[in-house]
Amino acid sequence: MPVRIQAEPFDAGAELNRLGSGSGIGATACFVGVVRSSASKPVDKLVIEHYPGMTDSAVRSMLNEAVERWSLAECLIIHRFGELLPGEPIMMVAVQSAHRAEAFDAAAYLMDYLKSRAPFWKKEHYAGRAEWVECRNEDEAALARWLSE
Amino acid sequence: MTEILYFAWVRERIGIPGERVTGTAATVAELVAELRQREPRYEAAFADLSAIRVAVDQELATFETRISDSSEVAFFPPMTGG
Repeated sequence: MPVRIQAEPFDAGAELNRLGSGSGIGATACFVGVVRSSASKPVDKLVIEHYPGMTDSAVRSMLNEAVERWSLAECLIIHRFGELLPGEPIMMVAVQSAHRAEAFDAAAYLMDYLKSRAPFWKKEHYAGRAEWVECRNEDEAALARWLSE
Repeated sequence: MTEILYFAWVRERIGIPGERVTGTAATVAELVAELRQREPRYEAAFADLSAIRVAVDQELATFETRISDSSEVAFFPPMTGG
């Protein structure tokens, strides 16, 4: 089950098409996070910092947790770091299983943990200034549901 | 020597990505107390500990986590991946 932490862009569609269609697989759930810009707050670029020594093992331990909780056939996690432009994919999670519920739940679980427990930090650059993206209370709250289940 | 790493705005406030220190700190909290006494930039970075997360030897930890002379201790803001 591949985990790729990389600076290079990736083609989410091609990655999705490369996933297997082996026996027993009946569902693929996929999430792709994209650099967002808006008319009211135009972003020039997003710079993502990470903790090289920790990132891969932290993401892999989330993946191991997901594999223990749900019956998954295949899983792919890609997360970029470095400089990204608006519209570019930041990361993707694709999960394959027999039925949709497991694929959806495992993908949501991985997304919630990647948001708040993987050592990445985003900085948005606007015309002439830059701001670190702040964590949101909703993101922390999203983790709680996996602890109580 | 304890290896210390700083990320995101913690790195920016302290002005360096990391450093090695020799000290007597037995916990992360004691290490923070030692650093805060050094210079104003450390005090500025560690002023609000509720905004700081910590990892010891590349695993998420707390301020109560025990450290040794060979630990790698990282300080950073809440993570914003995904």
